[in-house]
Amino acid sequence: MKSPDVKPADAKAPDNATPAADAKSPDKQPPDAQSPAAKPGDSKSPLVLTLLLLSVVLLQGPIRGALSAPVMQSWMTVFVAVLVQALPFLVLGVLLSAAIAVFVPPSFFARALPSRPALAVPVAGMAGAMLPGCECASVPVAGALVRRGVTPAAALAFLLSAPAINPIVLTATAVAFPRNPEMVLARFLASLLVSCVMGWLWQRLGRTDWLRTPERSHYEGPSKGAAFWNSVRHDVMHAGGFLVVGAMAAATLKALAPASWLRTAAENPLVAILALAVLAVLLSICSEADAFVAASLTQFSLTAKLAFLVVGPMIDLKLFAMQAGTFGRGFALRFAPATFALAIVGAVLTGAVLL
Amino acid sequence: MNRQAQAAILFLTGAALLHAGLTNLYLRYVKAGLQPLLLASGAILILASLTTVWYEWRGRKPKATETQDPNHNPNHEHEHAQEDGHGHGHDHEHAHREPRISWLLVLPLLALILVAPPALGSYSAMRTGTALQQPYGYNKLPATGPLNLTVVDYAGRAVYDHGRSIAGRQIHVTGFVALDHTGAPYLVRMALNCCAADAQPVKIALTGKVPPVLEPDKWLEVTGTYTTRQTKDPVNNGPIPYLKITSAKPVPTPSDPYDESWNQ
Repeated sequence: MKSPDVKPADAKAPDNATPAADAKSPDKQPPDAQSPAAKPGDSKSPLVLTLLLLSVVLLQGPIRGALSAPVMQSWMTVFVAVLVQALPFLVLGVLLSAAIAVFVPPSFFARALPSRPALAVPVAGMAGAMLPGCECASVPVAGALVRRGVTPAAALAFLLSAPAINPIVLTATAVAFPRNPEMVLARFLASLLVSCVMGWLWQRLGRTDWLRTPERSHYEGPSKGAAFWNSVRHDVMHAGGFLVVGAMAAATLKALAPASWLRTAAENPLVAILALAVLAVLLSICSEADAFVAASLTQFSLTAKLAFLVVGPMIDLKLFAMQAGTFGRGFALRFAPATFALAIVGAVLTGAVLL
Repeated sequence: MNRQAQAAILFLTGAALLHAGLTNLYLRYVKAGLQPLLLASGAILILASLTTVWYEWRGRKPKATETQDPNHNPNHEHEHAQEDGHGHGHDHEHAHREPRISWLLVLPLLALILVAPPALGSYSAMRTGTALQQPYGYNKLPATGPLNLTVVDYAGRAVYDHGRSIAGRQIHVTGFVALDHTGAPYLVRMALNCCAADAQPVKIALTGKVPPVLEPDKWLEVTGTYTTRQTKDPVNNGPIPYLKITSAKPVPTPSDPYDESWNQ
């Protein structure tokens, strides 16, 4: 990955320049005038792709042989499963985000959200309940909200609350804990609390230069339809790439880490809470399914399970990769640890009161 | 990565999702209920690929766009700069950022199309503790004749109902074979809630007339009777009931290799 400071000599526009300012007097140039000049380095990618696909097809015998070890098979199954499961939700999120970016005017959000950021945060947090899906959908939507002028504090509260408090996830939690209906309430309250606190925290301490405001360029196009599909293409390719990174990490953990570690961790109540919080980050399970996994960790306390359910939808390996892709690495490196710590505190407090 | 390559990857990914969703392949990785979403997202990805090619093709004909809508040319121009990766200004960073990470999307594509890894089997099953939980209730069983039970159903009744409803009956159970480090045989079914990443095994230990040679991951339909004997899963101390078997016959892998009864 090239660092941002490597730029062509003619780059005069600052990073946050609007696309219109950036494209200098293009009317005088026919559109294809600069394409041929740029071609040499660029036209290779279809060729590379074709060669890559061809060579893998030709070598599939040896490749299959190398992958036939049980640990590799298990790794690949989990890897493919995480992606196959997440892609529909990613596509849903990308469609929503493109629709927000292209068809919803910024003035809508200005009217819908309270103008005071301190109030906008809880409203946006509650609005998270309306996005049915898992965390893969919330990252692109939150990115689109920021681009549409929603105050970042509110968009981040939405980003954190949406995967945890929507009806589908809460129903799954109720099904997974038939004997502990208070888990549903605890999960809802703890997640909402942590999202709002993170939003307010960002509002107080956050600096705009930590947040790499996503580029606007791909939301422009000759028509609304072109802009919409351009945005869909860009986001799927972009977020999808980061999703692959997260899926690889989750598959590695699932295939390699011995489950007996957990039994040792469960013996100390504090270690148990930390262990399940870390496990939630590493496993990167979809928030619609994590309640069932939590329920099966029978040797752990309810509070530890609550920590698992609160941390998981807010921050995990795949979310970290996707947040780094959407908002920049500098943002993700600060935001993720803060979220992790606050989520644990929120879960422990809620657990102490309710469970 | 330029737009043709992106369009190709979008198309192939969409086609792979459609292929997996239309055959039983997807059942190796995710729950059955996800099928409509898989098909819809596959179709959308293909649509996104086709629109990319379409706008790209229209963009190549500058005259047409110019006469249609001259006012939008600046944006159009801008798109080109971004896509080429050698454009001006702030696009430069972006154009280099997007392509690199997008190449990773080739990996799941190859894994799904060329390898199509099998459903989780004995390797994962023996590394994970049994996920047996107390059932909410028990379905009424037919009063006479042999019983067809799932691994989860048998284990639940044997452990939490103390075999009341199944004692003395002939029982058929289907699952795959897994051997622990001492070589003791288990009949296992992975139970799944959403995708294979959250799949967890439910295990039955086999006793009685166990076939002399058992190959891990082979699917068996065993016939046997309830026994009060139980053991603990060494991984998580979960209860594992025994089944005293009288015969076993190999069966093909079921179309849905996972137990999804927890989803209902």
